[in-house]
Amino acid sequence: MSGEQQVLSGAEILLKALSDQGVDMIFGYPGGAVLPIYDAIFQQNRIRHILVRHEQAAVHMAEGYARSTGRVGVVLVTSGPGATNAVTGLTDALMDSVPVVCLTGQVPTHLIGNDAFQEADTVGITRPCTKHNYLVRRIEDLARVTHEAFYIARSGRPGPVVIDLPKDVLMAKHVYANGAGIQHRSYRPRTKADTAEIARIVEMLAAAKRPVFYAGGGVINSGPKASRALTELVHLTGAPITLTLMGLGAYPASDKQFVGMLGMHGTYEANLAMAKSDLIVSVGARFDDRVTGRIDAFARGARKIHIDIDPSSINKNVAVDLGVVGDIAEVLGDVLAEWRRRRPAIDEKALAAWWKQIEDWRAVDCLKYVQDPNGPIKPQYAIDRLYHFTRGRETFITTEVGQHQMWAAQRFKFEQPNRWMTSGGLGTMGYGFPAALGVQLAHPEATVIDIAGEASILMNIQELGTAAQYRLPVKLFILNNQYMGMVRQWQELLHGGRYSESYSDALPDFVKLAESFHAVGLRCERPGDVDACIREMLAVDKPVVVDMRVDPKENCFPMIPSGAAHYDMLLGPNQKAAISDHGLTMV
Amino acid sequence: MTEETIETHILAVLVDNEAGVLARVVGLFSGRGYNIDSLTVAEVDSTAHRSRITIVTSGTPMVIEQIKAQLGRLVPVHKVSDLTVEGPHLERELALVKVAGTGEKRVESLRIADIFRARAVDSTAGSFVFEISGSSDKLTAFVDLMRGLGLVEVSRTGIVAMSRGAKPF
Repeated sequence: MSGEQQVLSGAEILLKALSDQGVDMIFGYPGGAVLPIYDAIFQQNRIRHILVRHEQAAVHMAEGYARSTGRVGVVLVTSGPGATNAVTGLTDALMDSVPVVCLTGQVPTHLIGNDAFQEADTVGITRPCTKHNYLVRRIEDLARVTHEAFYIARSGRPGPVVIDLPKDVLMAKHVYANGAGIQHRSYRPRTKADTAEIARIVEMLAAAKRPVFYAGGGVINSGPKASRALTELVHLTGAPITLTLMGLGAYPASDKQFVGMLGMHGTYEANLAMAKSDLIVSVGARFDDRVTGRIDAFARGARKIHIDIDPSSINKNVAVDLGVVGDIAEVLGDVLAEWRRRRPAIDEKALAAWWKQIEDWRAVDCLKYVQDPNGPIKPQYAIDRLYHFTRGRETFITTEVGQHQMWAAQRFKFEQPNRWMTSGGLGTMGYGFPAALGVQLAHPEATVIDIAGEASILMNIQELGTAAQYRLPVKLFILNNQYMGMVRQWQELLHGGRYSESYSDALPDFVKLAESFHAVGLRCERPGDVDACIREMLAVDKPVVVDMRVDPKENCFPMIPSGAAHYDMLLGPNQKAAISDHGLTMV
Repeated sequence: MTEETIETHILAVLVDNEAGVLARVVGLFSGRGYNIDSLTVAEVDSTAHRSRITIVTSGTPMVIEQIKAQLGRLVPVHKVSDLTVEGPHLERELALVKVAGTGEKRVESLRIADIFRARAVDSTAGSFVFEISGSSDKLTAFVDLMRGLGLVEVSRTGIVAMSRGAKPF
């Protein structure tokens, strides 16, 4: 092509590379060091720029965009404070394996190290919170680095990549060569398992009497094909399946083999199935401490298979019998083919007995609650009604962090992957609202709801401005219990009910707050009004803030108290937790 | 965690010689609480811009496996090799040892240096700088003997290592 020999500025090369990577949208905030990029953005119309109100929110928006589409989210921030504000978002994306490329401005190369205005050691600061990062010192490297960054962000275990761009590099001139297809010289993650490993998986599955699948966010990152393969394999084997917080949607929640989410606030049947199984097949999950409970008491009778694209996830927390490195869709595809080829006999009698046991645990009905029609609104009830009114729609749910997040995870049923966006690893309050905006931008016709708490929502509430500017009809469904609920719950259970600093004092009037940002505010205070409020919220084609006043005393159950074994669950407020000194030190 | 034995391993890591690569490796160890007993690094291939890092580390077998997996997923890392488990290998360290003294002590230091095959690479009327290489134990023994003979200063490289035989890295 003749265009390939064109001499372009660094900023133009950058935009051309983004465009060649298929980028249609970037989330950013301007500043001195990135002015050349903003000037180039102004003079083109292939890439849409979304102006955020805070750089942390820009990263969360890119995460919402990425997680709901399976594509790489792109962020553009300036040097110094722009970059440091992005750090929380980058760490969030690293912990939850979200593909993000973050472009940061930098002072010109001759000023680096001089404590110049708005200078920060961005590559130094972001080294531990990115999958990889670059400082581009020479214009000759810019195109290659940009293409490499996208490759690294999306391949293997996805993650955030920072490209730090000194202003003089952005203004220098050079020819552009498209390098979108190049191979990286050292980074080539393994995606395919070997045949012996596949055979071993089939053998272990066929021999199991009490198998359970334990799947996580890796299935979703592997793409919809992985979810389909997982569903097929679970059906073929007849085994129960549980999902992690990150994995919700990887397997249809309404399917009868799904026993719910596992972990600290997972279902009784899911945790007990893990504890009593004789084979755990972990698929794209990482045996995180929220899942295992006390590690030495975790699933002691079970053999364990761990399939993950990241070799460092295997044998990190829990020693497994078979570790298989590969992409979930490829590995499960091979397992399915091998299973069909061998048609192994399953021990139907053992499986029936296993299911009978699981049904007994299910009968405990661990998520039950009572809504008194004259009492305060139970948060569980509000979420159930929200689910009821949105199930026929194309709905995406994001959350903030805390009790509301766990209630949403327990109660909202996801039938498909990429519909549920929550901050799992880092637990970032303030994640959900900007993430929802990113989702809405990628899916303009969909219903996008951030299930929030009144404390979390205030951590990125300024993005109401972004919602208004781009007319994004995102719904903020605030379960307002006037407490940092999860903090209060732990203080009640672990610290003698001394509610130190966990009361949400001096809250704003959320209805007026919404109105001042050109959104619609709704308040609901009685159980009888919940339905009408949700209907109205869904009917309005504008951003809506719902102030759902819920019972301030409600706690989230079931719960594995910190430091306890995963089979020692608290099922309700009448059970007292026996917390060891060791448990007190856990988070 | 269960009580497991702490093992010492020598890891050889081939990396791209690019800005910040050592910081990535060292940051990984400090960030995840792993031990570095010694670390050496230098470019070994100036055409391909590759550096070789030799790390001596210690931990339980599970931790050692984690360290290798974590190193392996750093983007500029080409290869991680655990010399301790991958068969027979050589370990060498080099030290410069400065000793000041006169008279009998000075003569004695030279005599011991001879036994250890250390070379005097600098000499003044009142001092020597010895260069010694070999196993870390040998270097330590030499330094300990020099303490009574006017030891002034020690500089050690840390361990470099390589597998025996024809097999490449």
